[in-house]
Amino acid sequence: MNATAESYVTEDGRTIGAPVMEVKNITLKFGGVTAISNISFDIREGEIRAIIGPNGAGKSSMLNVINGFYHPQEGEIWFHGEKRKPMKPYQIAQQGIARTFQNIALFKGMSTLDNIMTGRFTHMKTNMLKQAIWKGPAEREESLNRDIVEHVIDFLEIQAIRKTPVGRLPYGLQKRVELGRALAAQPKLLLLDEPMAGMNVEEKEDMSRFILDVNDEFGTTIALIEHDMGVVMDISDRVVVLDYGKKIGDGTPDEVRNNQDVIDAYLGVAHD
Amino acid sequence: MTATVIDSDLDTFPKLLARNAVKFANAPAYREKEFGIWQSWTWSQAKDEIEALALGMLALGLNAGDHVAIIGRNRPYLYWAMTAAQCCGAIPVPLYEDSSPEEMAYVLKHAGVRFVIAGDQEQVDKVLDAQDELPTIDEIIYLDKRGMRKYDHKHLNAYEDVQAEGRAGHYRLEPILKERSAALNADSTCVMLYTSGTTGRPKGVVMSNRNIIWASTSSSEFDALTQTDSVMAYLPMAWVGDFIFSIGQCYWTGFCVSCPESAETMSTDLREIGATYFFAPPRFFEGVLTSVMIRMKDASALKQWMFKYFMDHAKKVGRPLLDGKSVGLLDRLKYMLGDILMYGPLKNTIGMSRVRVGYTAGEAIGPEIFEFYRSLGINLKQLYGQTEASVYIAQQPDGEVRIDTVGVPSPGVEVRIDESGEIFYRSEGAFVEYYNNPESTADTKDPEGWVATGDAGFFEEGTGQLRIIDRAKDVGKMADGSMFAPKFVENKLKFFPDILETVVFGLGRETCTAFINIDLTAVGNWAERNNIAYASYQELAGHPEVYKSIKSHIEEVNKSVAEDAMLSGCQIYRFLILHKELDPDDGEITRTRKVRRRIIEDKYADLIEGLYNGATEVATETEVTYEDGRKGSIKATVKIEDVKTVARKAQAA
Repeated sequence: MNATAESYVTEDGRTIGAPVMEVKNITLKFGGVTAISNISFDIREGEIRAIIGPNGAGKSSMLNVINGFYHPQEGEIWFHGEKRKPMKPYQIAQQGIARTFQNIALFKGMSTLDNIMTGRFTHMKTNMLKQAIWKGPAEREESLNRDIVEHVIDFLEIQAIRKTPVGRLPYGLQKRVELGRALAAQPKLLLLDEPMAGMNVEEKEDMSRFILDVNDEFGTTIALIEHDMGVVMDISDRVVVLDYGKKIGDGTPDEVRNNQDVIDAYLGVAHD
Repeated sequence: MTATVIDSDLDTFPKLLARNAVKFANAPAYREKEFGIWQSWTWSQAKDEIEALALGMLALGLNAGDHVAIIGRNRPYLYWAMTAAQCCGAIPVPLYEDSSPEEMAYVLKHAGVRFVIAGDQEQVDKVLDAQDELPTIDEIIYLDKRGMRKYDHKHLNAYEDVQAEGRAGHYRLEPILKERSAALNADSTCVMLYTSGTTGRPKGVVMSNRNIIWASTSSSEFDALTQTDSVMAYLPMAWVGDFIFSIGQCYWTGFCVSCPESAETMSTDLREIGATYFFAPPRFFEGVLTSVMIRMKDASALKQWMFKYFMDHAKKVGRPLLDGKSVGLLDRLKYMLGDILMYGPLKNTIGMSRVRVGYTAGEAIGPEIFEFYRSLGINLKQLYGQTEASVYIAQQPDGEVRIDTVGVPSPGVEVRIDESGEIFYRSEGAFVEYYNNPESTADTKDPEGWVATGDAGFFEEGTGQLRIIDRAKDVGKMADGSMFAPKFVENKLKFFPDILETVVFGLGRETCTAFINIDLTAVGNWAERNNIAYASYQELAGHPEVYKSIKSHIEEVNKSVAEDAMLSGCQIYRFLILHKELDPDDGEITRTRKVRRRIIEDKYADLIEGLYNGATEVATETEVTYEDGRKGSIKATVKIEDVKTVARKAQAA
């Protein structure tokens, strides 16, 4: 890989562009606890970027910073070449960043279809009055958005559970619905927080396939946190490794695998 | 036998298509649910799509007589591909979409396929995997573009691109297409279908237009099918039945074929479409009944009571009503009330409100299952057929439906039973030959046109109804000379919702024994209800409580087997519950889910030995094949239990 070039083509024919997001010297503290200290990395357009690290390394906090849920004490985030001002999460969603959660955050009593429709919320323009009148703009908007949602349902092969309340679905499918909701927002950058946690081998394979397909078909840039090393090494283009809030490695899966600091962090080192 | 004359204006599918495009121009021909909405194509639109594809394939160099493999789930586009291939003078060869790469490679090679039309990336991958051994494959056309972007497109073509190419070159190519279609007649090959292969390798059955059109015509007349009927295409496209329903009868009568959104949505889609003509293997009806029973157990006490009350009444008068026999006024009124309160809503839930004619075939259906549907007023009938016969050998006319027979010979079919009890038939539907296999053709079809079915059966005296006993090869004698017909017992066992599959052994032995496969849905539900925790299929299968309940089922079956004088020797003395489900990927059952006895006997020889040497458990290791062809193994200790049997009645003289 040629990391210095502005853009390059991967072995499997995908084009990886210039960085879309740059995280510069981020430090995040909760009272006296430093969750993230002085971390910098970038996410390039069209790539699958993994963030890994042992428990408590600060991975989810990092995602929450990118997502705008946490505001770091120090450091800057550049998105599409502009420094980002402190924003609310919904404003960030409007910028084209969507995410899924480590512990599923769906509306359990609503159907799969309705849940995924909520992913279109930031794209809906009609106000409450127009919605109440329904005929005209609101109806047109609804069918337009429904079309996009139906394509997501088709893509994720969840037609059979379209009308099923999400709370009745098995865990693996709920995860897929959550991915669907994020995809419905047609994000430029998709953040996945442990998309494969708690899944069996088959579900993991399915989910990996979907992540790769999303990236390939729609050219969506993906940043993901994942514990399953096999999956991470298989599907990601570059990996950043955190440990105790510090960055200890960054590079291609192969580089990271052979990085002594990373090996120590995962396997432990002898302390005198 | 004199050949019936088929109208020479309507003796090929391209001709039928041309007729329908005029006669039923604006009537729907195909429907498919996609993106949550039913999309439909009229006959004239279908003709346009088919011709565009045919022209495109001509542009790619498809020759007359080439074999075109069609692989994928039921979709209008793939049905069009069949007719498009025929229009070009080529022969469609539909394949089972769930075949393993090796099985697919075998068939592709055997048929010398030149063009492949694949539904999606998964199917394309299987073909590409085998391509090194398959020098004959020149072009692959794929339907779903997903995941295909990165492939080398030198010989890969998107379906719509081929159509666009065809439309663009239409001035140049149309004369060639017309010429190719015009060269076809009743005796040209219509389709080549591969048998599922209960024994040995699959064989390519060559069917002529005469075979298929004759079978479609006579069966449409038999059940008075018309253009207004509606069917659901969900059975494998490689199966002869689907070809007859979704192509043959569809083109003949002009009715509309609807394709489900995906295999999982089939039951909801069926309900939305409201099919009037329906075909399913017994397993499907069993599955629906099992799910109804499971859901009833979760229903409120009032609903449970209503279900029981009205079902009891339906069992009493439902069947006589359906058969047009006289029923008392009070009973009629009560049945009508039941129809409003229960039968109607239930039929609606299972998507069978409008079913006018329903068929089941392939395997025997449990009497209670058959009874359940018929008593609800669903006209479910049985038919007996096979690929080589273009399906129809015998079927049940309305009003003469019984559980223990498969009906009378279909119109135009001659049936005879030879000395050994094997069934032979002769009809216009009888296949032309097995492709590249003159020995098998000669073994099966004699010069006079009689075809051996390989099944044993007899005509019932008085009624002339045909009864099937078992596969001729499977029927045999036990050590004491009494008759052994495994399927007879297996079918009785399989009626229990918690038994999915079973294999009975006993040929040449003193006693019969059985392998049982539990039905994970039914047994899992039962386990949940009884607070039985389990982590895997294997653990559930070995659970003592499961053994206890299966044992009680077998004892019940033994009682009923003992009542049959001829087959009372087939009672089961010992059984075990298999630690894995029998799977077509492992070659244990066929893709149409028929048991392959010899393979099972070899593979589980250690377990069978255990059944007969008195062991109480056997440790075993079994090789399993995953869907993608990788192999693994399962280790298990399988328990074996004894079952009570009933003393045999004295053999009837």
